Amino acid sequence: MSNKEPLVKFENVQKSYDGEILVVKDFNLDVAPGEFVTMLGPSGSGKTTCLMMLAGFEPTTNGTIYLKGKPINNVPPHKRGIGMVFQNYALFPHMTVAENLAFPLEVRKFGKAEREAKVNRALDMVQLGEFGQRRPMQLSGGQQQRVAVARSLVFDPDLVLMDEPLGALDKNLREQMQYEIKHLHESLGLTVVYVTHDQTEALTMSNRIAVFNDGVVLQCSSPEDLYEKPENSFVANFIGENNRLTGTVEAIKGNTATVKTDSGDVVIATKVNVGKVGDRATLSLRPERIMVAPKKGKTPNTYSAKVEELIYHGDHIRTRFSVCGHDDFIVKIPNSIDNVDLKKGKQVDIGWMLEDCLALDG
Amino acid sequence: MSDTSITNSQEPLLTNDGVPLKESLRKSLRRTKIRSFLLILAPLSFLLFMFVTPIGSLLSRSIDDIQINNVFPQTFAQYEQWEDKSQLPSEEMFAAVINDIRVTIKIKDSEGNLIGKNLLGRSGTRMTYEYSGWKSLISKTVKEALKVDKKSKEDVKPFKWEAPYKEKMIKRDKRWAKVEFWQSLGAMKDPYTMGYYLNAVDLKYDANKNIVQKEEYLKIYNTIWVRTLKVSLMVTLFCLLLAYPVAYLLATLPMRTSNLLMICVLMPFWTSLLVRIVAWMIMLQQNGVVNDTLINILPCFEGMVNLPFFGATNIDLCFSDEDRIPMMYNFTGTIIVMTQVLLPFMILPIYSVMKGIPPSYMKAAQNLGATPTWAFIRVYMPQSVPGIGAGCILVFIVAIGYYITPELVGGKDGIMIGNFVAREMQRTLNWGLAAAMGAILLAAVLILYWAYDRLIGLDNLKMG
Repeated sequence: MSNKEPLVKFENVQKSYDGEILVVKDFNLDVAPGEFVTMLGPSGSGKTTCLMMLAGFEPTTNGTIYLKGKPINNVPPHKRGIGMVFQNYALFPHMTVAENLAFPLEVRKFGKAEREAKVNRALDMVQLGEFGQRRPMQLSGGQQQRVAVARSLVFDPDLVLMDEPLGALDKNLREQMQYEIKHLHESLGLTVVYVTHDQTEALTMSNRIAVFNDGVVLQCSSPEDLYEKPENSFVANFIGENNRLTGTVEAIKGNTATVKTDSGDVVIATKVNVGKVGDRATLSLRPERIMVAPKKGKTPNTYSAKVEELIYHGDHIRTRFSVCGHDDFIVKIPNSIDNVDLKKGKQVDIGWMLEDCLALDG
Repeated sequence: MSDTSITNSQEPLLTNDGVPLKESLRKSLRRTKIRSFLLILAPLSFLLFMFVTPIGSLLSRSIDDIQINNVFPQTFAQYEQWEDKSQLPSEEMFAAVINDIRVTIKIKDSEGNLIGKNLLGRSGTRMTYEYSGWKSLISKTVKEALKVDKKSKEDVKPFKWEAPYKEKMIKRDKRWAKVEFWQSLGAMKDPYTMGYYLNAVDLKYDANKNIVQKEEYLKIYNTIWVRTLKVSLMVTLFCLLLAYPVAYLLATLPMRTSNLLMICVLMPFWTSLLVRIVAWMIMLQQNGVVNDTLINILPCFEGMVNLPFFGATNIDLCFSDEDRIPMMYNFTGTIIVMTQVLLPFMILPIYSVMKGIPPSYMKAAQNLGATPTWAFIRVYMPQSVPGIGAGCILVFIVAIGYYITPELVGGKDGIMIGNFVAREMQRTLNWGLAAAMGAILLAAVLILYWAYDRLIGLDNLKMG
């Protein structure tokens, strides 16, 4: 993918609405053809602004956006040929579903027969073949969502933007739609730029995820890398569940860093993103990678912990320990027969492997 | 769907106690229903007494002719016998008039006061509407006929006149020999009449109660009806043209600016209507601000010019005193001032509908390839139709019955039917005619609603 010319290129893009605060600070992103890129971040982090700049509804304050190698800063939205699914679908309520889908084709001066063929094909694609004559208001939320997707695809755009399209759906429907959009992306070879604040959604669907915070992209990599190899503590925290231990760097040796936690315990961790000796550091530990009562010598880090709370989750038992001065240390213990018998208040050893403990910025 | 069809085909559903479900439901809702009825009782009775009753009495007044039928029953009975209506009626009819007068004059009200004179006076007024002169003829005849014969020695003094009456009556007043007076009774002989309505549209009954056109010189109302309709339509149209962009700005500008604009829109509501109209008078009259400004700013050129193709031509480009545009006390004045006065009624409903149109529709349309103009026409405008409909109906309804503005700035060719309703109420006291005109206005409004419902649907109406 990387050797192809990028379909979309953001180059040093900055955006400010009031001339005082930069909403997007310095945004660089290449989207290869056929890629599914998600911009993920908390609300107000600038991800939607970037999407709006790409769609042409917001001018860039500085920097250039390229589409197929051409700068599009001065191209009005209706000439960009980019499909878009809006947050609340923006289906025209006074038109039927078929008329909604025919709208972009009408504007492009397609003949009647060709228009009908394309509309029917798009409706079949989202399994709404017989709903063409309904009004959007007569459809359920999930059906409206599909119509919106179909409308954004009906004129065969090079690029489809989606602005939190699943936000209004309930959980089951959202999961189902995630798969449907993913399958459409794969089967049609679409290039998609997707905006969401829901990390599960991002992890499920994307080839690459750009994690936004406060107008800056903190990390842009594949879902696996984001989860396994977060580059900073914000990403580690934002993606998936995470235990944090804070402390000061005592020593750095090769790939490992020794951190003394605020409670005085010494932890050896994989060095990812720490400064020099004496700097603050955050240790990131995934709850499913912690071992309860490990065999002696198996883990380089072993600490005595007290069980604070047990929550039954069916497939796993969520256990809250207090360890190293933190009483919100979560461990997911698989629900299997050879488990240690844990009770509230019991003291037990917990430990973790070196590579599962990442030393990040403080 | 399938559930209801099953319940329909089977026994009615029962609750656990064996009571039919519907009855049980009704019982459980009864308290709530009674309570909510009591809550709306006050506004309901207000509506009934302040709205329904007056309109009802208006409608009944516009067709009511009972009073005169009570006073002249014998006369109208004789009228039915009158065969050749181009000739004077026979002696029986003259006698019937006198008998009716003599019976009526003795009528007393519940407190024993004689009210006969009053009743005859009212009847005379009513008859004058049909043929001018009846009122004085009746009151004169009443006086004559009732002069008691003082020379008589009887206990009960007889009336001065005795049958036959025909010659005596004609002798006392020539008008009794005019057949038109007698013919005009035909329009009044039934207790309910469409006469007022016919009058309001320049028609009348002839002697045989056929509907015919009024004489040309008596026709006044049709022109006024047409003008009223024309003014209302034009005002509605101008209001729409002016209001639509304003409403769009109000709905789309940032909060701070749109609030300021909203104050400008509402400002006229805080100013007295009269003050606004007087301000317009100052602006628009012959020596008013607008005409003065035109004279002062327009360039003046007058003289001979040698034009190609036309040769020497006298060109007069001056806007001088003779050219002052009459904009006040005429049709134009009515249109200008009413448009300004009624503009907020158009802006507000359109604004409230536009406010509810999410900006994402316009974005979506442009994203799909439509130019901003096309997106506006195809996507935004159709969604603002409920507001346009509501605004137009509101303005039209207010305009069609407008009174004060045409009265003050309308002049001769700018006054509307509302002014005539007021005139009938206050000056000629022909309340029946005023009521009939009001009823026609009401009917026009109802027809408008019906048409709107057919074309666009009333559920699409958003008043704000």
